[in-house]
Amino acid sequence: MVNNVWLVLLFPLIGFVWCLLFGRLWPRLSGWIASLTIGLAFVAAVSVLIGLLALEPGDRIRIGTLYTWIGSGSVSVPLGILVDPLSTVMILVVTGVSFVIHVYATGYMHDDPGYGRFFCYMNLFVLSMLLLVLSDNFLLLMVGWAGVGLCSYLLIAFWFEKPEAAAAGVKAFVVNAIGDAGLILASSLILLTFKSLDYVTVFTSAKETLAVGGGTVTAITLLLLVAAVAKSAQLPLYVWLPDAMAGPTPVSALIHAATMVTAGVYLIARASPLFTLAPFTMGLIAWIGAITALFAATIGLVKPNIKRVLAYSTVSQLGYMFLAVGVGGFAAGIFHLMAHAFFKALLFLAAGAVIHALAGEEDMRKMGGLWKKLPFAYWTFLAATLAISGFPGFSGFFSKDEIISLAFTSDRGNVALGIIALVTAGLTAVYMFRAFFMTFHGESRVDEHVAEHLHRPGLAMVAPLVVLGVLSVIGGYVQFPGGGFTSFLTPAFTYFGVTPATESGLNPTISGLSVVVVLLGIVIAWAIWYRNPKTATSLGKSFGPVRAALLNDYGVDALYSLVVVGAVRGLGNVCSGLVDALVLDGIVDGVAESVRGISVGVARLESGYVRTYAVAILTGAIVIIAFMARGGL
Amino acid sequence: MLAPLPYYLILSAVLFTIGIFGFLFRKNPLIMFMSIELMLNAANLTFVSFARYLGSLSGQVIVFFVMTIAAAEVVVGLAIIVSIFRARASIDVDEIHLLKD
Repeated sequence: MVNNVWLVLLFPLIGFVWCLLFGRLWPRLSGWIASLTIGLAFVAAVSVLIGLLALEPGDRIRIGTLYTWIGSGSVSVPLGILVDPLSTVMILVVTGVSFVIHVYATGYMHDDPGYGRFFCYMNLFVLSMLLLVLSDNFLLLMVGWAGVGLCSYLLIAFWFEKPEAAAAGVKAFVVNAIGDAGLILASSLILLTFKSLDYVTVFTSAKETLAVGGGTVTAITLLLLVAAVAKSAQLPLYVWLPDAMAGPTPVSALIHAATMVTAGVYLIARASPLFTLAPFTMGLIAWIGAITALFAATIGLVKPNIKRVLAYSTVSQLGYMFLAVGVGGFAAGIFHLMAHAFFKALLFLAAGAVIHALAGEEDMRKMGGLWKKLPFAYWTFLAATLAISGFPGFSGFFSKDEIISLAFTSDRGNVALGIIALVTAGLTAVYMFRAFFMTFHGESRVDEHVAEHLHRPGLAMVAPLVVLGVLSVIGGYVQFPGGGFTSFLTPAFTYFGVTPATESGLNPTISGLSVVVVLLGIVIAWAIWYRNPKTATSLGKSFGPVRAALLNDYGVDALYSLVVVGAVRGLGNVCSGLVDALVLDGIVDGVAESVRGISVGVARLESGYVRTYAVAILTGAIVIIAFMARGGL
Repeated sequence: MLAPLPYYLILSAVLFTIGIFGFLFRKNPLIMFMSIELMLNAANLTFVSFARYLGSLSGQVIVFFVMTIAAAEVVVGLAIIVSIFRARASIDVDEIHLLKD
């Protein structure tokens, strides 16, 4: 059954090729075929899981070679696939969530002229991500990595007629290119050190080859971290993700939940044998994660655009995952990744249903009171909000609690990290319930014209909401009984000699604290945005400067456009004004000028007088004769 | 009894030089044409002299070619001169310098 894994790659490939060839001809059919192929890939992934479960826990790793991709001298890069608990969880999440999103998109994108093109990109996106997680070496990983970056660009800029969408696509691509550079450099360094890019070879020999905390391993892991930070939208490279909201909502769901941003967390978990040898990098990851989580959560408090709030919540939740892997809780990070995939996809799809109903309106100040009109969106959004806030019993509660307690108790964790994680949990509850109350409760601030023509979601959109709603509620229970998910995942790490930090069961003190914080957050949101909406306005006024700073992302974008964009533009000006105008143009013009000068001089010889020519011929003849008379050379 | 070879060559050189100077210093294109004929015939003389001296026929054959070319050249040249004269009522070569620049 494990051998079925190639089908997981084949089906999205078929869907992609079909949409490429016939997407324009039969858009509706292609949409269904695209969804169907992803669904079949999910079935194949389930069969891989069943096959893997039949094996002994310590033996759950299989490597297969589809064919040898590059064979050159001693370097051989096979198109190899690695199946272990980690990659199996990833393919299940990717194909499962993508399938649901695809079905939803067949309804959501119904009227779009680029329907076939959309599904073409979507399938390529899923294919790239599957390649990324299934690869058994760093080079093939890079192919998937770059493919994911390309597809994110294509899909964010899907409505390329809109300038901001095109700009957001370019921004995502450029920021991701920074990460790609990190990954390429890291892979080069790994090839140099280990003479191989193969995971198994590299990871099993890592302990003998590299000293703990040595320069090489720190350099490799730092470069990998650059790649992960760019892909997973962490500080300081998170800027592309909020702008990526310019794409269609199913794309946002796909990027945030399944295919794109989780790649960074996966990379760190996958390369854990290297990361655990570099304590400095691990500390850095934990701190980047914690600070990003807090940073993005505070910004989420003020943004008026519902999709942007969700974008910042993704950045924040990814911060949690980084914190988890940074303190050594690799399994906990992946657990939160999975839980997050469910509830974040649901949040986006429910928000998409609202946006669809309101004919493209994304501003929460023009929503409100929608709970009666859109019951499915309302209840599923509520479930996802409870899950992401970590309300007891919902999936986010189990995964997040594990991270918070690991931040406190793990060998690599400390009290400061734990407190940041705890505070962020409270903020998460506040900003998510703010979005919830502003969208669905209170007085309706919807445009009257829009309110009359409310688009109700069809079955293709409601069914995915329900499926994800159920998963968001029960997704956390895979951890029971007795940390089932963690113990399933652990062999993937212990196989290479890494022991992930785990929390045996729930830590009562910390769980109690986090429940209190979450409930407090919900109450605060309720008090400000539900009980009396004027509180929000007056609070906004009294904290004017803070609010302005938060609305502007603490000025990060402005800083980047000043420092990075300014510097690049300055360099461009120097190049165009100085190098191009003086040096290059000088050379080109100089050649032209000198040819011209010579030809003017030569043209003077052409006097038009017959006798001048005669003299010239005579002189020439005399010279030649004299030369020959001398006996040649 | 034939004169020795150097006499013929000297005569040929003299004729050729007269031709050159005639060509260079006269303004009338007809005279210039005659000078050209003189130079060609000086060359012809050299050819036949050597042919005779070396006992080879090829020099004499080349003379026939030269004479043919000379005739053809005069035909074209005179036609040009006539048409120039018709156009500008003058055939002073110093005034004909349309090739300049």
